[in-house]
Amino acid sequence: MTFLIQQTLIYAVPLMIVALAGVFAERSGIINLALEGIMIFGAFIGVLFVQIMQQTGAFDGAKSDGNWLALQGLMLLTMLVTAAAGALFSLLLSFASVNLRADQTIGGTALNLLAPALVLFLIRIIANQNTLYIDGDAASWFMLRKSDLGFGRNDDLGFLGETFLHRVYPATYVCILLFVVLSIILYKTKFGLRLRSCGENPQAADSLGINVYQMRYAGTSISGALAGIGGFVYALTTANCSSNGDVAGFGFLALAVMIFGNWKPLNIAGAALLFGLFKCVAASYTSIDINGDGVYLLANIPISPHFYRMLPYLITLIVLAFTSKKSRAPKAEGIPYDKGQR
Amino acid sequence: MKEKWSHLMKKDGAKTVAASVISILIGLLVGCIIVIITGLTSGNMDGASVWDGVRLVLGGILSTGRDASGSLTFGFNPTNVGNMLFRATPLILTGLSVAVAFKTGLFNIGAPGQYLIGTAATLITALSIPTSAVPSPIVWLLAFLAGVLAGALWGAIPGLVKALLNINEVLACIMTNWIAANLVTWIFDNSVWRNLEEYGKTNYIYKTSHNGVETARAGLEALFPGSQVNWGFGIAVVIAILVYVFMTKTTMGYELMACGSNRHAARYAGVSDRRNIVLSMAIAGALSGAAAALYYLSGNTEFYWQTYQSLPATGFNGIPVALLAASNPIGVIFTGCFMSMLNIVGQQLTSLTAFNEYITDVIIATIVYLSAFSLVIKLWLSGRKKHKAQPPAVPAASAADGKTEKGGEDA
Repeated sequence: MTFLIQQTLIYAVPLMIVALAGVFAERSGIINLALEGIMIFGAFIGVLFVQIMQQTGAFDGAKSDGNWLALQGLMLLTMLVTAAAGALFSLLLSFASVNLRADQTIGGTALNLLAPALVLFLIRIIANQNTLYIDGDAASWFMLRKSDLGFGRNDDLGFLGETFLHRVYPATYVCILLFVVLSIILYKTKFGLRLRSCGENPQAADSLGINVYQMRYAGTSISGALAGIGGFVYALTTANCSSNGDVAGFGFLALAVMIFGNWKPLNIAGAALLFGLFKCVAASYTSIDINGDGVYLLANIPISPHFYRMLPYLITLIVLAFTSKKSRAPKAEGIPYDKGQR
Repeated sequence: MKEKWSHLMKKDGAKTVAASVISILIGLLVGCIIVIITGLTSGNMDGASVWDGVRLVLGGILSTGRDASGSLTFGFNPTNVGNMLFRATPLILTGLSVAVAFKTGLFNIGAPGQYLIGTAATLITALSIPTSAVPSPIVWLLAFLAGVLAGALWGAIPGLVKALLNINEVLACIMTNWIAANLVTWIFDNSVWRNLEEYGKTNYIYKTSHNGVETARAGLEALFPGSQVNWGFGIAVVIAILVYVFMTKTTMGYELMACGSNRHAARYAGVSDRRNIVLSMAIAGALSGAAAALYYLSGNTEFYWQTYQSLPATGFNGIPVALLAASNPIGVIFTGCFMSMLNIVGQQLTSLTAFNEYITDVIIATIVYLSAFSLVIKLWLSGRKKHKAQPPAVPAASAADGKTEKGGEDA
């Protein structure tokens, strides 16, 4: 059970944060199809940054001392860097769709093509192979163990402690915190209200003195920052901090989570957990021991692993079929704002 | 002369071509700039290798390797040209697939999935029917039709959910892509079609030539020695012309285009928009399936079946091919060749310099990015020649040729 919860969180958290990234863009009126590309870019920059930090030796001392606070500081710093990189990359989308009134779907597709191409081009030049790894084991750098917190190796922390404090990535919790804070900002602040109004009725928002262009830039940049973080966290937790120009369709899955969650943070969190569970089952169904009796139930059911892998996508399609009547996208999303058409 | 030129530039078609050419030039420029920057900043490359990189980006198709002194040589290279035509074959067809959907106002990002399903159907048919009992040309034809049909059925799924349930086709396509990727892996896992004979070939399916099925090359191997080219290219060109005739000269094609320009107006005029959405996606799927069929029936290509983690680039590259051609089926023939030329350029870069083939993907992405606002480029082209008193009157909301349905209405 502990394993199941931890693994589910590992898959659910990047989905959640990237789906929220989609919400920020779409609520401001820009369809961000480029989430996948921004994740790929963020993952690359994050891994590159960690590698550079290791090469300069800045954190080797912290590593050998077992100073986990310093190591987590490095992780936070990396997350900041990836946020900046993601926001910067997303400027390409906002520039095209706000200033040049381009077709946002095609613009997003362009970024999705650009990110893996650019990333693989650079990785091949830097590492002379198709994957960029960090030296040593990423898990040992960024994973939190109970021994780090002053407990003995054999201490039993109880179910909750073992699940949430031992062998976890604090990055996961940082993301959850970010998710909560940003959701509050979106719903409870003046800025959030203004942002949402630009996705519903930009003409009305403009008539009240809100700069629609600025708001859309803000929404897309926050979106890019979150997707960048999400990409790095994905690479850190599921790919052992390596970057190969691919996040296995997670950005698109996040888009589905966003629509499934009806553009609302709470629903998105629920949807992300559900999808995380499916992803976790698909990835490790042979080693899941649900009730701890040593019987690997799912492995004994004669269902192909390919079916489990297909499940998240299949379910998305089915769920969308049932909920499409109720779902409500921001009204003005995808339409370039033209002051002259007020 | 000057007047003639400005008269020509007033035509919409000419502006579209000019916009595409500008996009290509900027794309190539960006590629060169990246080569120059990475070359000069990385320690182990000098000015000469940067110059080599730039020359290959611009003229790699004419590269004939390096001479004895180690400097690049250029000239007509029949192998490169033949391979270019061979790789253009599937690109033209996936480009047509995306273009037909665009004309109906749909964004077919599902070409990779349709391509995969087409691949599976083609390979299974081509390898399962014994050529000892059935003549191989008939097996070829059956395999081709199987690929086309499977692609059409797979393409119809997003069309159906869009028409009946109003689910955004982009999202439905993305989901069916990944379902296809897993499904194809599932089908070939533990199957009899896996190539277990050749040593070191893990996770590959037999070539269709294993069963004696391959596309005719009749004379082309003499023309382009050492290349993979076959008459599949001719078939792709014929299909492109047929699609052009279908879209512009038949009632059915006209109805499809009517739905694309204004779905509500078309419905008002008595055209069933739902039926046309499904039809358009099915045709798009059939074209992607045909792309896969022609590529794998060549007999000298192999399919890597463990594909559940990645989607075929040929499917996605149909998007730039269609965009660059402004969804014109005849234009797609040329832009398909251009894309495959970039592919050859990438190959040359990898084998001859320290740079690698991904730079050509960067160029393609830049071109797609520019085509997202090709309307702006077109306006700028016409604005230059006109008086300032005539502001461009095209409403921005109608956007480029490849305008997709407004996202807010569906999903």
